[in-house]
Amino acid sequence: MFVVWLGQRLLLLLAVVFTAASLNFLLPKLAPKNPVETKLLQLTESGGALTDIKDLVRAYEEKFGLDKPLLTQYGNYLRSMARFDLGYSIAHYPARVIDLILRALPWTIGLLLTATFLAFGIGTVLGALIAWERGSRILGFLAPGVMVLAALPYYLLGLVLVYLFAFTWRLFPLQGGFSITAVPALTATFVLDVLRHSILPALSIVLASIGTWALAMRGMMITVQGEDYMAYAQANGLSAGRRFFSYGLRNALLPQVTALALQIGHLAAGAVLVERVFGYPGLGNLLFQAIEQSDYFVIYGVVFIIVLMIAGMMLLVDLLYPLLDPRVRPGGAG
Amino acid sequence: MNTRLVGGLVLLGLLVASCLAGLLLVDLDDARPLSAAIAHPPSAEYWLGTDTAGRDLAAVLVLGTLLTAKVGLLAGLIGITVGTVLAFVAAYYGGWTDRLISAVVDVLLTVPGLLVLIVLASAYPGQMTTTLMALVIAGLAWREPARQIRSQVLVMREANYVRMARLSGQGGLSIIFHEMIPNLLPYLGAGLVSAVSAAILASVGLEALGLGPRGEPTLGMTIYWMILDGAFLRGLWWWILEPVAVLIILFVGMYLLVTGLDETANPRLRRRA
Repeated sequence: MFVVWLGQRLLLLLAVVFTAASLNFLLPKLAPKNPVETKLLQLTESGGALTDIKDLVRAYEEKFGLDKPLLTQYGNYLRSMARFDLGYSIAHYPARVIDLILRALPWTIGLLLTATFLAFGIGTVLGALIAWERGSRILGFLAPGVMVLAALPYYLLGLVLVYLFAFTWRLFPLQGGFSITAVPALTATFVLDVLRHSILPALSIVLASIGTWALAMRGMMITVQGEDYMAYAQANGLSAGRRFFSYGLRNALLPQVTALALQIGHLAAGAVLVERVFGYPGLGNLLFQAIEQSDYFVIYGVVFIIVLMIAGMMLLVDLLYPLLDPRVRPGGAG
Repeated sequence: MNTRLVGGLVLLGLLVASCLAGLLLVDLDDARPLSAAIAHPPSAEYWLGTDTAGRDLAAVLVLGTLLTAKVGLLAGLIGITVGTVLAFVAAYYGGWTDRLISAVVDVLLTVPGLLVLIVLASAYPGQMTTTLMALVIAGLAWREPARQIRSQVLVMREANYVRMARLSGQGGLSIIFHEMIPNLLPYLGAGLVSAVSAAILASVGLEALGLGPRGEPTLGMTIYWMILDGAFLRGLWWWILEPVAVLIILFVGMYLLVTGLDETANPRLRRRA
């Protein structure tokens, strides 16, 4: 049972990554002019100081040259992707794409993980409370505000936060992942500096996504409250706190975790744009610079790694699911 | 009428009204670079100020809202049309056709849309226009309508009035157009609104990343230029606040409209207690 389920999840992960890699290969070929070849041609023609770039072009031609049949190119492409050989950056040759990505990746993962779990936790509890304490005035006032924030893309809320907290009140830095003067090292000052820079980007993701979780949880909690076991628990004289956490929240949480797995893609794509607003040194900013310079290998590499990251996080959420639901636990009932 | 629907209509109506008023009051040619003073704060001459390239922001915002709406409507219309056709082909004919279409839709729904659109849009450096933008976004916008409408058609196919029509010898196309489509109209309407809303969201996101039409001042491009030219560092508060405010009204309005329509079209979602 569990093994089959795990197998299905792994297959899904592979399917997502494979599709993303294939689209990465195929979509640019749909354009009337292959953008990669146009860019490389421009570079070789302008020549001059960029003689190094010829090695890049030669390496590209060897693998993806137009003389090769499409299937051979595709095979070469998939093989490189499987080995994380994402090629070289055109703009920063001879830097390898994978090195640029590895430098940016920790920033994105840190931001994304913190913001996702904060938003999920706060939103879920808030939604459950809104359903539980119907008639509470504070919650009744809070609820519509949180829902409206859910309508905004993260980066837009980010712009509002920068405007208020960094531009007008100067409480937080405008841009970047750390101060220009800071020395990157594992010291208390540097860590504090990084934290100070990460608060606004994280806050924009958290504030904008709390509503989504709260809304879903509220609906789920209302359904759960109508169940017989809730009435039974009350009749047994269990405390309100126990009924809320162990009977209500625990059961309403299950679909919420499934939703988390589905939302991760949306969150990651949103984080890319947030990084752009804040000039945060993660994958989003790398992607933005690559777009500005038509650095295609970096664009495709970053997109591929983000998809991989999303698929990995979805798998992680799926693996955590049995901890919450004994019915899908290995060796559990059912 | 539910409050969300009304709220959404009021906000979007406000936007449409200000655009119409703007068309009468400002000269849209001033949305071009170098047609006004550089980085001028709001004044009697330039009501909403100007940006660092000398665009009059009043004209930019009116034209930008119209262009952004154009991208959304075009992409949404194409998306819902293609999606509906595929849904009918899949659900009505069933068998291998259905399995193939459903499989493609399911696989494409698993990949994160914005990332695929980034790859797609980056293939047209320097040639991007609002029309091409709409076509690029339409390239993915058909997935959700295809899946949702397919399941509706599957239910409808077994409905008595469709069986009746089949028994009385009506052809497939006639059944689709005379029996099914009229009954689907509320779903198609709600689907169109959410497709347009998703398309606008995607287009503004792509534009903010620098993949938009550089020659046309859409709302997303205004955000892009504003960040790129360091409006925050230069203290140009009006250049930040105005497009952000318009986008907030637009997104909240679309969100309220979409969720309000969902509640109306789908009674099961109607708010309990």
